[in-house]
Amino acid sequence: MQSETKSRVDQITSPAGLPVTILRFEGDIASTSKEAVLGAYQALPKATAKLILLDFTKVEYINSSGIALVIQLLIEAANSGQKVVAFGLSAHFTKVFTMVGITKYAQLFATQAEALAAL
Amino acid sequence: MSEPQTTTVEVRLPSRMGYEKVAMSTAAAVAKLMGFREDRIEDLKTAIAEACINAIEHGNRLNENLSVGVVLSAGEHALEIKVIDDGTGMKKQPARPDIDRKMHGEEDPRGMGMFLIQALVDEAEWVSGIDGHSSYVRLVIRLDKEAA
Repeated sequence: MQSETKSRVDQITSPAGLPVTILRFEGDIASTSKEAVLGAYQALPKATAKLILLDFTKVEYINSSGIALVIQLLIEAANSGQKVVAFGLSAHFTKVFTMVGITKYAQLFATQAEALAAL
Repeated sequence: MSEPQTTTVEVRLPSRMGYEKVAMSTAAAVAKLMGFREDRIEDLKTAIAEACINAIEHGNRLNENLSVGVVLSAGEHALEIKVIDDGTGMKKQPARPDIDRKMHGEEDPRGMGMFLIQALVDEAEWVSGIDGHSSYVRLVIRLDKEAA
């Protein structure tokens, strides 16, 4: 019933010349998304992936279990000295992420270009 | 003098994760017919999804022999939703989630559903069934025609 979560990794260079890893999600982010969210993040090389963008542009549904997975990702990233920012959330989920306090640990941007410019 | 009309829509969901989306779609369709703004419909969808997830996971303990009832009552000025399960109901309200405590491993990263429900609708109450089951959460979202 829940649409499967897909994730893809892109490596790009920021306008400031920094290497950036983008985790792009697609589908629902719910309790069944652990492998697509945390698994994809944990497969990144910690030594080189220091700047990480989370792309929610193609995500339509995130529930509290999905938000918990994002928080777990942020905990691991903080412990590994990685900076994480996110972009592409709908206005509603931008509000929800702000309400639960995620913006204290990961800035949210409307677009990839805005997120890259802020790195 | 005529009584204000209430239109009722009922849905029964299997106690299986993912089926909360059926309740979300139904509630969104009713809210749209009532004239709710899109942003309030999004609030309602998240609140009803979290209420159904709690009913499936905690109330009915993922027992697929049990169903979750969703009753939507559309009045003139508000939409009331009851999400009914076969659990014993809430013993106590969980503490408001604290992102700092979560980030420092002092609090489970999960446990935000009730907070989201309370934050996104105008009224939310949890009622324990007197016979030890048929507990429900009652949500109300008011139609704000001024801002529509």
